[in-house]
Amino acid sequence: MWEFILERYNYWIVITLMMTGLYIVFSRGNLVKTIIGLNVFQTSVFIFYITIGKIAGGTAPILMGGHGGGHDGQGDHTSATHGADAAHDVSVKPTLDDLRAGSDAAEAAGEVEAHSHNDLAAAMKGVEQQPAYETQSLHSLPDMAQAAQGNSILADPGEAAEAVLTPRDQGLHDMPEAGLGADGHETLGHEAVTSVTDAAAHAADIIYTNPLPHVLILTAIVVGVATTAVGLALAVRIQEAYGTIEEDELEAEDYEAEFGERLAGSEAR
Amino acid sequence: MMGHLILRVTIKILFAPIILFALYVQFHGDYGPGGGFQAGVIFAVAFILHVLGFGLEETKKVLPPKVLPWLMAMGVLFYAGTGLLTLFLGGNYLDYDVIQPTSHHHAGQHIGILLVEFGVGLAVASTMLTIFYHFAGRVPEISDEDW
Amino acid sequence: MIHFPGLEHLPALPVIIPLIAAPFTIVMRPGRTPWLWATLVSWVTFACTLLLLEVVWHGGPTEYKMGGWAAPLGITYYIDLANALVMMLVAAMAAVVFPYAYFSVKSEIARAQSPAFYTAMIICLTGLLGVAATGDAFNVFVFLEISSLSTYALVAMGARRDRRALTAAFNYLVMGTIGATFYVIGLGLLYQATGTLNMLDLHERLAGQDNKVVEAGFAFIVTGIGLKLAMVPLHLWLPNAYGFAPSAVTAFLAATATKVQIYLMVRFIYTVFGFEFPFLEVALNAFLILGIVGMFYASFVAVFRDNVKQMLAYSSVAQIGYMLLGISFGTVDGLTASFVHIFNHALIKAALFMGVGCVVLRIGSSQLTAFRGLARRMPWTTWALVLSGLSLIGVPPTVGFISKFKLMEAAFQTTTLIPPLLVVLLIGASSLLAAVYVGRLIYTMVLEQPPENAPAIKEAPHAMRVALWIMVIANIYFFFFTDLTVGVATQAAEALMCSQAGCGGAY
Repeated sequence: MWEFILERYNYWIVITLMMTGLYIVFSRGNLVKTIIGLNVFQTSVFIFYITIGKIAGGTAPILMGGHGGGHDGQGDHTSATHGADAAHDVSVKPTLDDLRAGSDAAEAAGEVEAHSHNDLAAAMKGVEQQPAYETQSLHSLPDMAQAAQGNSILADPGEAAEAVLTPRDQGLHDMPEAGLGADGHETLGHEAVTSVTDAAAHAADIIYTNPLPHVLILTAIVVGVATTAVGLALAVRIQEAYGTIEEDELEAEDYEAEFGERLAGSEAR
Repeated sequence: MMGHLILRVTIKILFAPIILFALYVQFHGDYGPGGGFQAGVIFAVAFILHVLGFGLEETKKVLPPKVLPWLMAMGVLFYAGTGLLTLFLGGNYLDYDVIQPTSHHHAGQHIGILLVEFGVGLAVASTMLTIFYHFAGRVPEISDEDW
Repeated sequence: MIHFPGLEHLPALPVIIPLIAAPFTIVMRPGRTPWLWATLVSWVTFACTLLLLEVVWHGGPTEYKMGGWAAPLGITYYIDLANALVMMLVAAMAAVVFPYAYFSVKSEIARAQSPAFYTAMIICLTGLLGVAATGDAFNVFVFLEISSLSTYALVAMGARRDRRALTAAFNYLVMGTIGATFYVIGLGLLYQATGTLNMLDLHERLAGQDNKVVEAGFAFIVTGIGLKLAMVPLHLWLPNAYGFAPSAVTAFLAATATKVQIYLMVRFIYTVFGFEFPFLEVALNAFLILGIVGMFYASFVAVFRDNVKQMLAYSSVAQIGYMLLGISFGTVDGLTASFVHIFNHALIKAALFMGVGCVVLRIGSSQLTAFRGLARRMPWTTWALVLSGLSLIGVPPTVGFISKFKLMEAAFQTTTLIPPLLVVLLIGASSLLAAVYVGRLIYTMVLEQPPENAPAIKEAPHAMRVALWIMVIANIYFFFFTDLTVGVATQAAEALMCSQAGCGGAY
């Protein structure tokens, strides 16, 4: 019982913040406080998104280690170009309709367990089975509450890896560059391909947090900032026009403007 | 005038590194954390700090509010224009691959995202500053004695 | 089918064109230039959406991959008939209202603000078209907020005439933001349950799922969109926002904003969740009740409003009730009726609010007293108002009749909580309420005498009158030629209902 409650602590934080925010919005008469309440409310949603993307022990979805030379060697990795093109054209551009995990996670879990400690060669053979990478990371760390709900990177490393590995004669050390070549995409595909390639190279060394919710919430934060700015600008204008930003005083003035009599009636706004 | 000398000197020292950091975040965005949104805000922060230390009028001499709408518009145009460019080069909207179709490393994707993020950075920085200028411009300037 | 270079980009063009046009507008010199530019943009966009509707109508649904990234990873624009119809409607309203706006804006908004005003209008157009076009649920949120943020600013610009526009915009902002945030929460829950944000993909992956996470997500999304579309208990922001916004803004928003939200609601209920979703029943019953309550409550309030703009705004809330009613039937006919009413009501309300805008321009007030004896002072405007008012009630030969007829026809064939006959009678009764408030307006305009010391006033400028009468003629034209409305709406409704019955999975 207590475990059930405690391991979902992020949701409690979210709910508390959400209710606090909404309460402030509804109960406070001061317009600036309303805006602040709105901000608290939105913050709860940001936290909600960020925590569902988190995988315990996962790191930021940045290429890490193992791709000798990194980005500066871009121009001359010609041997990897085939792989990169394949990774791009085959696994990302065309229908990725089966590139997701989610509810398949449970079925895939078994296979994934098998793969998570395999070396690259084994992963290459296992390509046809298309285990889901995020499934692997989720299920190897079952303590996260969200794992059961199957949040996912939306990528199937199997296919990506297959694409990367199409020129089978390429050496093992070409792999990282192949991933690198395809990494210029800002969209999820980028993360998918890079992290997947990386995953192929490092087997289960590195676990990446699901970047998509973070990307989404970055957008939502920007929207939130814009809303706050507009809201505060309106509050400033209201202050200039009415000389107050207290809601009940505003209502009284509006009421007077509408009916020409001063009355603290509760006219519908 | 001498009352906040330390503040002003600190801001003077910090100003350039902040801009530099903004540029780093801006152009490193396609490899690591960063990108136009963050860079734009950091860039704007440098100027906001300048306002806090030297007053709105001084900063307005450095970066006149008149140019900000132009910068905003240019930012959005960079973004939308990159999309248009890809349209005319035969790809879908914002399909950066067509910028450098022969590149095996998908250099087009890099160029495309850099252009787009530059637009985003420009738009965000100028929007942030516009918002700040307008809010700050509403209250009377705080005189030196009132600090 | 006409072949046209760039035809493959057609689904994206209606969103891209205003997006690119907006930054040019903000740096233009105040005055006539931004208006000319905005009008040009709206016409080009309208042409694109017409072409798109034509293509989709005869060639089937199209898809556009943004940046070349395929679904479900990339953002794709799926355009089927429902989208295409709504997009065409939005662009058409822009194409009529933007030319109309010039004189109205000139008198209601400071000259220096005119570039900002037209920029906001164009951005609002971008957002609304984007919501209708996109097939990605999170992208919907982004476009929703693009349109909403510009709307808040537009409503607040009415402050020059009446400072209450500011408080109206503020309330709208608070409610709108809560609505959008609810939507995002719901989407987050769905993403947790499915791991995808693409609408079609969501539909496939939600099939058969019925747990608390999905139900909560559903509830959040429906409430969120309900707030945005002013479903009855959540409608409080709308009357003031529409009542105090500049006239051109009111005409544009009343004709488009809530319509796009209704479309979004339909899209979520029929495409994303689909009919197998067991929890849907609850929502449909709620729509039925709230729709009927809205029809009566809002019409009733409208009867007692002295500000014509607010009266019509309340009437908008009531009309949303009809649309929700159509959705709640859960049949092809019901959905058709909703789509037909979305289209027709846009024509009606655009005409009415544009007429009121003419009066505001010449007399300077939208109070009912300002309309006294208007028939002698501004005959063109008056008769336009009378005709579109009759259309609002549903008198033939106007489009309002088609809407009501379709809705009643659909109501007869349904099995809901409330007996069909009663629903039909209720629709009739609420139309009578509409007759009361429209009758009040018509009586004041036609039968009352103008105030004795009323200064002589001119008719509204030609640009406004032409735009107004285009809308009025459209109100009558679409009574006789229903191919575009009923024809397309039926096909769109069938396609939407089909997606739940497993007809190939496509929209």
